[in-house]
Amino acid sequence: MKTESMTSSERLSTAMSHREPDRVPFLLPTVMQGAREFGLSIRDYFSRPDLVAEGQWRLRARYGHDALLGFMYGAVEAEAWGGEVIYREDGPPNAGQPPLSGSADIARLEPPRVRDTPCLQKVLRLIRLLKDRAGNEVPVFGSVISPFSLPVMQLGFENYLLLLHEQPERFEQLMRLNEAFCVEWANAQLEAGAGAIAYADPVSSPTIIPRALYLKTGFLIARRTLSKIKGAVATSFASGRCLAILDDVVQTGTVGIGASFLEDLTAVKAAARGRLTVMGNLNAIEMRHWTPAEAEIRVKEAIAKAGPGGGFVLTDNHGEIPWQVPDSVLLAIADAVRRWGRYPLDWI
Amino acid sequence: MESPLDQLESALLSLDRVTVNRVLSEASASTLPLTRIESLIVPALERIGVGWEEGSVSLSQVYMSGRLCEEAVDAILPPSDDTRKSMPPMAIAALEDYHLLGLRIVYSTLRASGFSLRNYGRTDMNQLVDHIKTDGIRILLLSALMLPAALRIKALRSRLQAEGCVPLIVVGGAPFRFDEELWKEVGADAFGNTASDAISAISRLAGVLP
Repeated sequence: MKTESMTSSERLSTAMSHREPDRVPFLLPTVMQGAREFGLSIRDYFSRPDLVAEGQWRLRARYGHDALLGFMYGAVEAEAWGGEVIYREDGPPNAGQPPLSGSADIARLEPPRVRDTPCLQKVLRLIRLLKDRAGNEVPVFGSVISPFSLPVMQLGFENYLLLLHEQPERFEQLMRLNEAFCVEWANAQLEAGAGAIAYADPVSSPTIIPRALYLKTGFLIARRTLSKIKGAVATSFASGRCLAILDDVVQTGTVGIGASFLEDLTAVKAAARGRLTVMGNLNAIEMRHWTPAEAEIRVKEAIAKAGPGGGFVLTDNHGEIPWQVPDSVLLAIADAVRRWGRYPLDWI
Repeated sequence: MESPLDQLESALLSLDRVTVNRVLSEASASTLPLTRIESLIVPALERIGVGWEEGSVSLSQVYMSGRLCEEAVDAILPPSDDTRKSMPPMAIAALEDYHLLGLRIVYSTLRASGFSLRNYGRTDMNQLVDHIKTDGIRILLLSALMLPAALRIKALRSRLQAEGCVPLIVVGGAPFRFDEELWKEVGADAFGNTASDAISAISRLAGVLP
């Protein structure tokens, strides 16, 4: 097989500049799977940033994907605000009891300071370890939950929807606190060595709220927040749809957008072309029972739809590969990208 | 002029509580509560469910619509009213899943459609089996957001079989939407893509119960 001519950093940078690199860059967000490398529980694995860094390194050696994840679990932000984290043996840690029992608690809420919060410092150590080892060859991605989406974990989803619809003043108060925290947290990750930040904003997706409400809320919040983050940001809707707001998302200052399996990748790429890098959209839930041949077909389909012209990163549509997905499928995906993702894509 | 059903759907999607109540009260003079529910509320929620499935309606609209309808139905058909739909004992739960919005939406939709059911909320395996046995549940609705929680339903089914009390199980939630074979894999009897699908699923299952 022909040797690849670019480093992962060069490949991603070229693709995100809407040009064709040597091949389609890809990322398998195997966030938890490193625990298997050490025979540890997911809980014990995430307690050791040094092992998570080593796990990330080994998984990249196995699959050859183009980025390292300076990320452990989304609930770390709820934990930072005083929320409960529930660990399990077969999946990511979840946010349990929210830190706020109701909207009345917002008045006395104070955002955590990154430097004083052990769970966030653990993530920063992971990023530093990854960056020290990867140098400029492989980018390290950091991650934040958007100020607009974080309240799902701060209050619970139902309480948050009621706050959003019925208590505009308290909602604004919470957004001000969350924005300050999000900016500090993102910039701390960039300072630690993250090359870019994934901005997880599922509540802004038209799957969750209508566009009219997004324009009055999540859109303005993203614009304010992203303008203060001192690095590149790519927006993820965690498998939610994005087409109806794609033109708006461009104006938030983001450089990339996560595409859902629920939407046609051809349409997302056409709408984003030259403006946003499209990331997606393999169905990681279904991936659990793919055969290697099916994995190859899905990879080919995605590359054929979104690969031409660059501006595309092949990944799953949510940002996390489930624990139950077999290694054979992930290896088949990696092989298929190397086989079918080489530019020029003259087989299409 | 818009039909009452169109007016109700539009009012629900724009969270216009005043119009929701007006449409339902204008229909009230000539019809029984259950008729009003079946001719207006159920089809309005079904349309909204289809919109959610197609991507034209968002989850917040589905949730708020169910909530508004639930309030309106409780006013015209109190929870203890014996004219609520007669069904075998039913319950809804989230098994080892900390995401309860889906459960809440289905619960509201079913109550707004005139059904009575127990809401166990978030439970673990032992609690849920105890509840099912104690309450003699014949139809169990399970909502899941996380894949591991969805996969646990298989173990629940085995446990219930071992204990000799197996209700019919209807499942719903994101993992089942993203993997259309998953509901069969976990041993469920039916799957609902939307909250309104739950209505047709439980009506169908009630018909096959011995």
